[in-house]
Amino acid sequence: MFWRRRRDEPAEVDAAPEGRDAALDAAISEEEQAAQDSPPGAPGRLTATEVTPASTDGDRAPEPRVSAATLDTGVERTRRGFVARLRGLLESGVDEETWEAVEETLIGADVGAELALEVVARARRRNGDSAEGAVRAELEALLATPRDEGHARWQPRRTAPATPAVVLVVGVNGTGKTTTIAKLAYRLTAEGDRVLLAAADTFRAAAIEQLRAWADRIPVPVVSHAPGADPSAVVYDALDASVARGIDVVIADTAGRLHTKSNLMEELAKIRRTIDKRLPGAEPEVLFVLDATTGQNGLAQAKAFHESAGLTGIVLTKLDSTAKGGIVFSIERTLAVPVRFVGVGEGLGDLVDFDRRRFVEALFA
Amino acid sequence: MFDVLSTRLRDALGRLTGHGRVSEADVDAVMREVRLALLEADVNFRVVKDFVARVKARAVGAEVLENLNAGQQVIKIVHEELTGILGAGDRTFRLTGAPAVVALVGLQGAGKTTLAAKLARHIVKLGRQPILVAADPYRPAAVDQLKTLGRQLDIPVASSPQGTAVVDIARDGIAQARRTGRDAVILDTAGRLTVDDALMAEIAGLAAAVKPVEILLVVDAMVGQEAVAVAQAFRDAVPVTGLVLTKIDGDARGGAALSISAVTGLPVKFLGTGERTDALEPFHPDRLAGRILGMGDVLTLIERAQENFDAKQAEQLAQKLRRNAFTLDDFLEQMQQLKKMGPVGQLLEMVPGMGGMARDAQKAVDQGELKRVEAIIRSMTPQERQDPNVLNASRRRRIANGSGTTLPDVNRLIKQFAEMQKLMRQLAGGGGARRAGLPFGRR
Repeated sequence: MFWRRRRDEPAEVDAAPEGRDAALDAAISEEEQAAQDSPPGAPGRLTATEVTPASTDGDRAPEPRVSAATLDTGVERTRRGFVARLRGLLESGVDEETWEAVEETLIGADVGAELALEVVARARRRNGDSAEGAVRAELEALLATPRDEGHARWQPRRTAPATPAVVLVVGVNGTGKTTTIAKLAYRLTAEGDRVLLAAADTFRAAAIEQLRAWADRIPVPVVSHAPGADPSAVVYDALDASVARGIDVVIADTAGRLHTKSNLMEELAKIRRTIDKRLPGAEPEVLFVLDATTGQNGLAQAKAFHESAGLTGIVLTKLDSTAKGGIVFSIERTLAVPVRFVGVGEGLGDLVDFDRRRFVEALFA
Repeated sequence: MFDVLSTRLRDALGRLTGHGRVSEADVDAVMREVRLALLEADVNFRVVKDFVARVKARAVGAEVLENLNAGQQVIKIVHEELTGILGAGDRTFRLTGAPAVVALVGLQGAGKTTLAAKLARHIVKLGRQPILVAADPYRPAAVDQLKTLGRQLDIPVASSPQGTAVVDIARDGIAQARRTGRDAVILDTAGRLTVDDALMAEIAGLAAAVKPVEILLVVDAMVGQEAVAVAQAFRDAVPVTGLVLTKIDGDARGGAALSISAVTGLPVKFLGTGERTDALEPFHPDRLAGRILGMGDVLTLIERAQENFDAKQAEQLAQKLRRNAFTLDDFLEQMQQLKKMGPVGQLLEMVPGMGGMARDAQKAVDQGELKRVEAIIRSMTPQERQDPNVLNASRRRRIANGSGTTLPDVNRLIKQFAEMQKLMRQLAGGGGARRAGLPFGRR
């Protein structure tokens, strides 16, 4: 809990909101100025861009601020009740009541009623395994999409040495996209990558400031336009800047949008096309950020985002809450998009690789 | 998923066409589907269990009302029970105190800051003068977000220097309200996880210090099974007075509200229906009950249609159709029936899968289409209404002048009516007279 732990310390980033406002105002007037200066036929897209340089040498990896032990706490907390309950249930002999309890445990973890029934039905047909093992095996089988588990590090795809890898981060409102981006940037920076952020949430009030506040902490540069600008233009400029500056990974923040708003989903598809246009064949990572407290609606969300942006991975956030995130079983099964990361806190280090064994184990805690 | 479930529920209902009394088998068959529908809508499984048992107890042996079959009778009971739970408690939004203090609490990302702005706007509409207080010192740029929204709405935003304790931020905000003559204070607090003891203690301290008249728990409509635990934890920490369900403009069915209301008895006070600051609506328990069941508000639609459309009139209309005597008078009468049932757009919105059509229809209403039609028909003589064939150019011009419309408007209506007559003749010929009598809605 990065921000919270620092609650009592003098803040480094949020200390001067006026200052940031002034910077924003300057950026806006700069844009107006630039728009006037632009020759006809060349709209002020490029000139409107503001690149905030990283405040210190970007090559220097920051000290990891979170120990491995801290990384576990979130998952650990989720696990506690889980294992005890399942073991308790299954070891005491498997009668109807117990199976029903397993079913309810799964439903209570947001796995969904139909899938829970199916998992239990299949587990009951398994032979040789213990009941607990059978249920776990069935659940793990639902998360069988290849995800390079056990590899040393996750690396977004890079199709040519000269082009940066691109990560587009999408999701509905309030799932934790911006925080996830900060954690991802922190992680990649720590691994030696040069990262640049694109502030393509130009809609929500102060979204750009929020991203910049995180970026300053890591530190990584941010490409942003004025609020209300075309998000595709922001992404385009960020790609331009990244190619020019030899950036390894560009991570684009996008505005939260409900998957039922067709105009906003079309805007997202346009951002996706913009990436293909600027970096043909770039194969961007498109990460779908899902709040672990989300219920059955998560599947509808994932489907819609997959359709408009082509998802390549899922980040399950807020798993340090009491929620279990069981909807990902349906999502992975339906879309074959793997869960890559799990968010377990508000600190920069609180993003861990998804481990399906531990995740399944946690369902029964 | 919605449609699949709704279809299955309808299938189950379709099999239960019995009359007389509801049998246990009837109830079991329907409740199996209802249970799945509720779980699919993210109603907590313990609440579902409890609910199903309650409905069973009430439904078995219940008398089947006239015009309904056994399955519909069960659904009617289900709907009544759902509405009862969702409608419990007092939904009044209280603004007493000088100034009235409203605090928003909830998990991260529930939509508290956006709601703060919406509430401020709502309070202005009530004739009060709100001030927003940025009491989230943790999330980066949360204060900026509230300030930006306040600027857009021209509502002052109070904030304290970094490092100020949350209780002091709130006290400063209230003091500023008093100083500047503001009579309502909205406290936008930080999102917090219920497992974070320190932050839960902080919010408890805040509530104890400033004693808000309203403490609204902000809940994302997409939340799953944890909704109950979350609500209980917040209620244990602070005296929560009500819920606000946000992001209901998506397609989540909002079972969280039912779970929370059932367990805590807290009333839902508002719905957040969009990202704009005017997207705040009062809560209607019956509508959400229908949505949770996954049947749109088709039940409400049926009820309203039953109330407003006199059965005798419908029968007369059907006979007229059979006799091929549907006149402009009947057309006018029908439109008035529709108007009584509420805005057409709203009506269609209640029918699952009709959202898009609803917007089109609403547009027509907004553009005064219906009013124009009414004016034109009212400008006709009784003879003209009976037999539009007499409408020559001179009569049409008179009607256009009399109704304040134009000749093309009148011509279009006459043409539309002729087409409608033709369509109805076809339907009547095919034995669908009753249905044709109510072209919009009745199922």
